[in-house]
Amino acid sequence: MRLNVNGTPREIDVEEDMPLLWVLRDELGITGVKYGCGAGLCGACTVHLDGVAVRSCQTFAADAEGTEITTIEGLGTPEALHALQAAWIAHQVAQCGYCQSGQIMQAADLLSTTPAPTDADIDAAMSGNLCRCGTYPRIRAAIHDAARRLQEV
Amino acid sequence: MSARDITRRVFLVGSVAVAGGAAFGIHAALRPHDNPLVAGLGPDAAALTPYVKIDGSGVTLITPRADSGQGAYHVQAALIAEELDVDLADIAVDPGPPDAAYWNGALAAEAAEFVVPAAGMVRNATEATVATALKVMGLQITGGSTTVPDAFDKLRAAGASARETLKAAAAARLGVDTETLTTEAGHVIAPDGTRLAYTDLAADLADMPVVQNVPLRAPETWRYIGKDMQRLDIVAKSTGTQSYGIDAIMPGMVHATVLMNPAQGGALEAFDTAEAMKLRGVQIIVPITGGLGIVADNTWRAFRARDALVASWGAPDFPQDMADHWAALDAAFTEDAIDSRKRDDGDVEASLDAGAITAEYRAPYLAHAPLEPVNAIVRVDADAAEVWTGTQIPRFIQRNVARITGLSPDAVTVHVLAMGGSFGHRLEDEVVKQATEIAMQMRGTPVKLTYSREEDMIHDYPRQIAMARMRGSVGDGRVEALDLGIAMPSVMASQMARQNQPVPGPDSQIVAGAWEQPFAIPHQRVTGYRARPLAPISSWRSVGASSNGFFYNAALDELIHAAGADPLEERLRLVSDPLARAVLETVGDMAGWDGPNPAPGRGRGIALTRSFGVHCAEIVEVSGTEAGIRIDNVWVAAEVGRVVDPVNLENQVQGGVIWALGHAMNCEITYAGGIARPDNYYAHEGLRMRQAPKIAVRGLENGTRVTGIGEPPVPPAAPALAGAIFAATGTRLREMPFNKFVTFA
Repeated sequence: MRLNVNGTPREIDVEEDMPLLWVLRDELGITGVKYGCGAGLCGACTVHLDGVAVRSCQTFAADAEGTEITTIEGLGTPEALHALQAAWIAHQVAQCGYCQSGQIMQAADLLSTTPAPTDADIDAAMSGNLCRCGTYPRIRAAIHDAARRLQEV
Repeated sequence: MSARDITRRVFLVGSVAVAGGAAFGIHAALRPHDNPLVAGLGPDAAALTPYVKIDGSGVTLITPRADSGQGAYHVQAALIAEELDVDLADIAVDPGPPDAAYWNGALAAEAAEFVVPAAGMVRNATEATVATALKVMGLQITGGSTTVPDAFDKLRAAGASARETLKAAAAARLGVDTETLTTEAGHVIAPDGTRLAYTDLAADLADMPVVQNVPLRAPETWRYIGKDMQRLDIVAKSTGTQSYGIDAIMPGMVHATVLMNPAQGGALEAFDTAEAMKLRGVQIIVPITGGLGIVADNTWRAFRARDALVASWGAPDFPQDMADHWAALDAAFTEDAIDSRKRDDGDVEASLDAGAITAEYRAPYLAHAPLEPVNAIVRVDADAAEVWTGTQIPRFIQRNVARITGLSPDAVTVHVLAMGGSFGHRLEDEVVKQATEIAMQMRGTPVKLTYSREEDMIHDYPRQIAMARMRGSVGDGRVEALDLGIAMPSVMASQMARQNQPVPGPDSQIVAGAWEQPFAIPHQRVTGYRARPLAPISSWRSVGASSNGFFYNAALDELIHAAGADPLEERLRLVSDPLARAVLETVGDMAGWDGPNPAPGRGRGIALTRSFGVHCAEIVEVSGTEAGIRIDNVWVAAEVGRVVDPVNLENQVQGGVIWALGHAMNCEITYAGGIARPDNYYAHEGLRMRQAPKIAVRGLENGTRVTGIGEPPVPPAAPALAGAIFAATGTRLREMPFNKFVTFA
C-alpha cells in the first residue's frame, strides 16, 4: 500500500482495515497524531485528508490511499510555524498538550473554509475535540488570533 | 501588590561533583529541624533535591516532580533562573531520577516536612505514620498542589548559592575580588568586560566550597516571578513534537496491550487464545495477574487480538451493583462508623429541634480519564530492569518492579516521561506491574504496554463515592446551626493498600473541604463517617474536597435561602478569616454581585472552599435557553500568597473550573455486575467547547504562604453552579451529576 504523508510517498504493508492512526504512529513513527479514544469521540487523532479534517482512528488505511495525508508535523514545524501554531504559542494554550495536535488540525480545517469564524462557528467546529485539561477559552482566543494573522498576510 | 514578608527559611545549599561540573541543591536533614545548619546533616554527598546541575553543556534542572500539564517544570526552572542569572529558555529540564549517589533516606524526612502541611492526600494518619509512609514514598510523589510551595524558597536558594559559587570560581581564575564581579545571561562578567561562561567555569566548581546564606533577591527586582513567561514546553506542545510516554520508542520494542477482568481486581479463571493467536502480528499471549497480556508488532494488532480473546472471570471483592454501594453509604451514618469529628462548635444538638431543615447530598464515582491512556515500557534483563512511563510515583514503581522481578530496587531504573494529563490517575501503577509481568516472559525485549481507552476507563480507580446529610436551623434572617455528616470509603486506605502501606487512624479526606471552612456558624459540627471499602478508589483532583466542597456549600446555600439572606452577604457576615473575606469581596466585585437574580431567566451562585490551604471563591452565572441551561460566566478569586506565573495561574484555574463544572454536569461511573461504565467518552465527557463559559481569574497575594493552584479551583465550582441553577430555575440540586435532573444546552 502506498500513502502520501506530509508530501512524502510511503510504502507500507498493512491490513486494509488498519486505522490510519496506527499506520502513522506504529508503522511510520509519526507520533504527533494521538490515540485518545479509538472511537471518534475525542478528536486527538485528527489529521487532514486532502485538507479536510478526519478522525484517523476511524479511517481505514486503504481509504487514505490516493489522498494527501497531512499530520500536525506537516502543518508547520517549530522552525516554520503555521499561523495557528504561532497563535497557540502566543496564547500559551497547552497544559498537558496531548489533545492540541488534534485541536490545531481541526481548527486549520475550520479556517480553510471559514476565514473569520464567529464564536458560534468555533463552537460548531471544535466541540468534537475533547480537552480534559480545560483549555477551551485559550483555544477559542487562539483561533480568533490565527484568523487575524492569516488575513493580514 | 503590597510589600510583605514571604516566610523566609534558611537552607544549607550543598553541591556534589558531577562529570564536568557540579550540582547544587538543598541538603536534606534526617529529622525535622529548627536550624538546618546544625541538624544532623550527612556527608557532602548527602541528598540534594530538586537540584540544578551546571556542567559544560549548560544548566539543567533535575527534578523529581512530575509534570502532567500543570506547568511544574516550567515554574521550577523560573525559580532557578531568577537567582542564577540564566535565561529561562536556556534551562534544560531532566525529569529522570537522580543518580543513586544523590539519594539517601534523608529525602523522606525532607519530603515529610513539606508534604505534611500542604498535601491533604497524606494527612490521613498520625504524624509518625505519615513519616513512615513518606519514607517509602520518598519525595518523589507529585500531588496535593505541593510543587510550588516546596520549590519556591529552595530553588531560589539553590540558584543563588550556585551563582555566588560561580563568581568565586571566576574570581579565583581571574585573580580578582569576588565583589567586583557581576552575572548576566549565563556568564560571570569582570570589571574589564571579560565574560566567563558558566559552562566554562563548571569544571572548576567541583573544588569550590559552596557559598552559603546568599540573600535572596527582593521581589521588586524579579525578572521572571510574577511576570508573563513563555512556558518551556509550549512550542513542542503546539507543534506535535512533544513526546509523551505513549510516544516513546525503544530499539527492538514490541507492542502490548492487556485484557483485564472487567470487574476490577477479579481473577482470571480460564481463557482461550486460539483465535487471537491466528491474527497477523501476534507474538505471544500470556496470563498475568487478573488478565491476559497480548504482545504484537503493532498496537492495533494487539488491540484486535484482545477483542478476539475468550476468557472467564472471577467476581470482584466489592458489591456488583450500584444500589449496594449507595446502601453501604446509607448504612455508614452510625456512631460506630465515626471516623472523625474535627469540628464541633456551640451546641448543635440543643440548637436543632424537630423543625430542623434537613437534606441529603450525593456525589458519584468519577473517572480521571486523562486523554493519554496509561502506558509503560518495561525491559527486564538478567540483572536489571528499566521502566519508561509517565507517573507521579516513580519510587513506588521502582519498589514494585523490584518485587515482581526479584531484583533489588537499585537494579531498577525508572525514567519519568511527559504525561498527557493525570488528575491523579498516574498515582496508580498497575500498568507498570502488568508490563513487568509480560516483559519477564520476553527478557531483554522492551515491552510497550498501551491500554485501550476502554481498559483505561473501566480500570481507572475512580474518585470516591460520597453521601452527606445536613441538619440546620436559621433565625432572624441568619444561619444559626449546621450539622453536616459525610460518609465515604477511605480513599487513602484503598490507594495505599495497593502499595502495601497500612493507613491507621482517621482519614482526613473524608471531611476535607468541609470541617475547616472559614465560616463562624454559631453551632457547627462536621462528622466524617467511614463507609466500608467498596470499589477500589484513588485520589482525584482535589480528593475529598471534590465532593465535600459541594456538600458544604450546597447545605449552606439551603440554610441561607431559608433564612431569606443573600448568598454572598450571609457568607461575608459569617466569614471568620481575613484572607477568605478578601477572596469573597473580590469575587463579588469582579462579578458586580447584586443578588442571585441579575435578570429574568438568569441565575448566579457563589461558593467558597478552603482546600490545600487555599481560599478559592467562585461565582457562576447561568441562563435558561430553549436548549437548556447554559453557563455564561464564571468569576474566580483565589488567595495564592504569590502569583509565580500569571499565565499558568489563569490557565490552571480556568482548567480546574472547567474540569469541575463538566464533571458536575454529566459525569459518573456506575457499576453493574461489578463492571464500571461508561468505558469511553460517549458519556462522562465533561465540558466541550460549545459549553465552555467565559472565566475571569484573579490571584490575591495577601497571605504569606506561596501555594499551588492545581486543585483548589475544583471544589467550589459545582456548588456555585448548583446555586446558579437554583436561582434561575428554582430546582435545588443535591446530587451530581446534575444532568440527571436538569438539561444543559
